[in-house]
Amino acid sequence: MPAFPKKLLWVLLALAFLVPLLHPLFPDVVSDYRLFLVSTMIIAAIAVLGLNLLTGFNGQISLGHGAFYAVGAYTAAVLMDHLNMPYWATLPCAAVVCFIVGYLFGLPALRLEGHYLALATFALALAVPQILKYKWLEGVTGGVQGIVLNKPEVPFGLPLSEDQWLYYYCLIVMVVLYWAAANMLNSRSGRAMMAIRDQYMAADTMGIDTALYKTVTFGISAAYTGIAGALSASAIAFVSPDSFTIFLSIKFLIGLVVGGVGSLAGSVVGGIFYVLVDNSAQALSLFVKNDLGLQFDLSAYTVFGILLIVLMYLMPMGIVGGVYLLMRRLRGLRG
Amino acid sequence: MEQFLQQIASGLANGAIYACVALALVMIYVSTDHINFAQGEMAMFSTYISWQLMTWGLSFWVAFILAVVFSFVLGVIIERAILRPLHNAPVLSIVVVFIGLLAICNSMAGAIWSYLIKEFPSPFPKSSFGIAGVIGPHQLGVVMVTLIVLGLLFIFFRYTPLGLAMRAAAQNPQMARLVGVRVDWMLALGWGLAAAVGAVAGIMVAHIVYLDPNMMGGILLYAFASALVGGIGNPGGAVVGGFIVGVLENMVAYAGNQIEKATGIYIIGNGEKLTVALIIVITVLTVKPAGLFGRVVVKRV
Repeated sequence: MPAFPKKLLWVLLALAFLVPLLHPLFPDVVSDYRLFLVSTMIIAAIAVLGLNLLTGFNGQISLGHGAFYAVGAYTAAVLMDHLNMPYWATLPCAAVVCFIVGYLFGLPALRLEGHYLALATFALALAVPQILKYKWLEGVTGGVQGIVLNKPEVPFGLPLSEDQWLYYYCLIVMVVLYWAAANMLNSRSGRAMMAIRDQYMAADTMGIDTALYKTVTFGISAAYTGIAGALSASAIAFVSPDSFTIFLSIKFLIGLVVGGVGSLAGSVVGGIFYVLVDNSAQALSLFVKNDLGLQFDLSAYTVFGILLIVLMYLMPMGIVGGVYLLMRRLRGLRG
Repeated sequence: MEQFLQQIASGLANGAIYACVALALVMIYVSTDHINFAQGEMAMFSTYISWQLMTWGLSFWVAFILAVVFSFVLGVIIERAILRPLHNAPVLSIVVVFIGLLAICNSMAGAIWSYLIKEFPSPFPKSSFGIAGVIGPHQLGVVMVTLIVLGLLFIFFRYTPLGLAMRAAAQNPQMARLVGVRVDWMLALGWGLAAAVGAVAGIMVAHIVYLDPNMMGGILLYAFASALVGGIGNPGGAVVGGFIVGVLENMVAYAGNQIEKATGIYIIGNGEKLTVALIIVITVLTVKPAGLFGRVVVKRV
């Protein structure tokens, strides 16, 4: 899949930075709540980006990235709660911790392929809430109650609201991480990663240290998702074991598949998409219950499930891949 | 000592459930090489069907049979409609479709019957079943029902022409097709049977874990562990693996309790059941991927 057009990327980025400044002009359109929502989308995009590095670019299936998200979130929460660390300093710590955890999980994963790796990571995702509730960790993790935190404060006396600052904070982190991922994929290492995905045997024969690349990719991918987790901990200002169930991992998978497997820009689209559906599903559910009077507890997962299956038939490359194919076909018609 | 026996007995009862779900997983794996991540949620959905039929006034066993038949049909339909067109798709697509099925079954059950936890009746009379102090009436009943189901399946696959055709289709599809077996339909039938066996497990376990849309999550994980312990390509192994894992699970919790009583240090207990399953899964996958009874697969490069 080709890289996203660079000019468009810069325009989008500039727009993203300018939007909160419109708040005085359109206070209702650019409200704090909306900015907070966009911040959660950005966080989701980073998490999906992490999953995409592993599954899309290295070909290792993971159904358990919720686990790394949880590790990142808890690392940040514990550091802030017990050591009074400032929120921005927790990101590198979460990244390092998740890298190590991901690297270690990548070692047994080396022996697993396809379905089996999916199975092992699925098991990991199912077990995460229980591990977080483990009695010996309770003193640190707060057990079932979780940890309550403070929202990030606006630094340097900038004239911003808390949600506006959170938005900029998440946006900056995402831009840095996106840039790093794009550069990495464009380098020798990135090509090695993709070679392993496309032709494992050939890559091995060409002298690529496949074991090293696969485990390190696992680590980096976990670190990305962990950073997203750490960001979410300070954005929501709360962590608890039951927010990291298997369904979190399923959401990441939705983001991956909808955006496009093996597309960086697609990860962002996917992250935005799943938060959007998640939020509108709540509204839809209320509508069905209160306005139509039906006794249905509609949840976003019905939509997600149907989408997953339909997309596998219609657009196995995701929305970004699908749009690209469509554009090429149109151009082919014209030329 | 009595407590120890009790633990083994309830381990066997859990093991019977794991054996059923593991067998369902293996039946699909053997014929299509797919691991059905939605197996547990499909079973949960069938259990809700039987609950619904019971609230409409049917007796337990009538509802049981109707729900099992329903799951069989549903399994066949899912295979024909959703998985058949993706037969040659990459692994990721297949996994994604299974996860999609999981999400749909789970959320639909929640939407139709709500997420409130429900009690589920036991069909086994308290007076005449069970051995006092060792095994409860429901546990004994579960073991007996699953053994009957497993026995019927064995007879079906071993002694009927249709069973033979299904085994042939799983083992060597091309040859089977050449001798006139309709391989496509055999796969669909296999899916239906797997869904039916899963439904039996779901209906049997619902009395123990209570009925709610997430009730099968842990059981599915244990069933994966069972299938892997027995060797994922071996139906008999899956059953044995189910009982081994069931007893092992209870023994680990029991040992943890004893240690805590003796030394006062908490190491492991009922709260870590899923973690134990995770450790079993990863250990078997990395140390002995063929399991206890599986064949080692050698791939030609």
